[in-house]
Amino acid sequence: MKKLKMSMAAMLLLVVSFANAQSGDVKSEAILSDYFSLKDALVGDDAKKAAQSGTKLVAALKAFDLSKYSKEDKKELADIIEAATEHAEHIAKSAIDHQREHFKMLSKDITDMVAITGTKNTLYEQFCPMYDKGSAWLSTSKEVRNPYYGSGMLKCGKVQKTIQ
Amino acid sequence: MRIVKTIAIILLVAFVGIQFIPTERNQSSIVPATDFMRVNNVPETIQKKLQVSCYDCHSNNTQYPWYNKIQPAAWFLEDHIKEGKAELNFSEWDSLSNRRKKSKLRSIIKQIESGEMPLHSYTLIHKDAIFTKEEVVEMNKFITQLKDSL
Repeated sequence: MKKLKMSMAAMLLLVVSFANAQSGDVKSEAILSDYFSLKDALVGDDAKKAAQSGTKLVAALKAFDLSKYSKEDKKELADIIEAATEHAEHIAKSAIDHQREHFKMLSKDITDMVAITGTKNTLYEQFCPMYDKGSAWLSTSKEVRNPYYGSGMLKCGKVQKTIQ
Repeated sequence: MRIVKTIAIILLVAFVGIQFIPTERNQSSIVPATDFMRVNNVPETIQKKLQVSCYDCHSNNTQYPWYNKIQPAAWFLEDHIKEGKAELNFSEWDSLSNRRKKSKLRSIIKQIESGEMPLHSYTLIHKDAIFTKEEVVEMNKFITQLKDSL
């Protein structure tokens, strides 16, 4: 009986930690949501909207709550947030070419963030081999809509990874 | 005629007056242990180019031109140095994480390649800060190697 209780407790713990790791949290979902509106603005060649999303993203990154993460993850996440904030700030005040340069580096940061925080949605990591010797980004949709070229080459790229 | 004279006098007084407003000087005789040149193995030609073209606004030590003590030029310089150091400070290079170093190195390449840096207002006076085509290639090769080694 004691053994059963123990294993039930262990199971419960496992389920809880699994859910915790996979579902992300409100703050990281907010960051993702702003990242996706930024990506959509770049797909639409809309520098003004991209800049606005950049400003929102800066605020979302600032609001991120590190407290529930382990010491190691905290350090990594703090680094990611700092780097991503810098890119978002640049995106908020730049012309579209420069926004896209920073979006590339931002995408790497956000991808690394998701690897730690998890997310409730299925994401697709997409890849365009042409932009700057190959560049990746995240999308909520399987269909490729290229944020680096916009209307210039809307469908360049492929899904290289599914994140669940 | 009188008005012109009055205006000229006011301008002169203002010009003399602003000379007394102090500016912050960006100078340090110490090269900190975190300096880009100290933590990386930088070839001599690259060192010299970075020093001449970048360090005036992107480090803790500016080689000031003669007009740095005359306002409003001094304000203009102070502003640029502040902004430059906020973006990238070679003196504090090693205090950055690898992630941020990589992103800075990438930006350095982009800025030099596109000709956005060094600023035109800077190269106007510092002719030797201008990058020749060969220097761009050489610099980017070095920076790319460094980035890939991180």
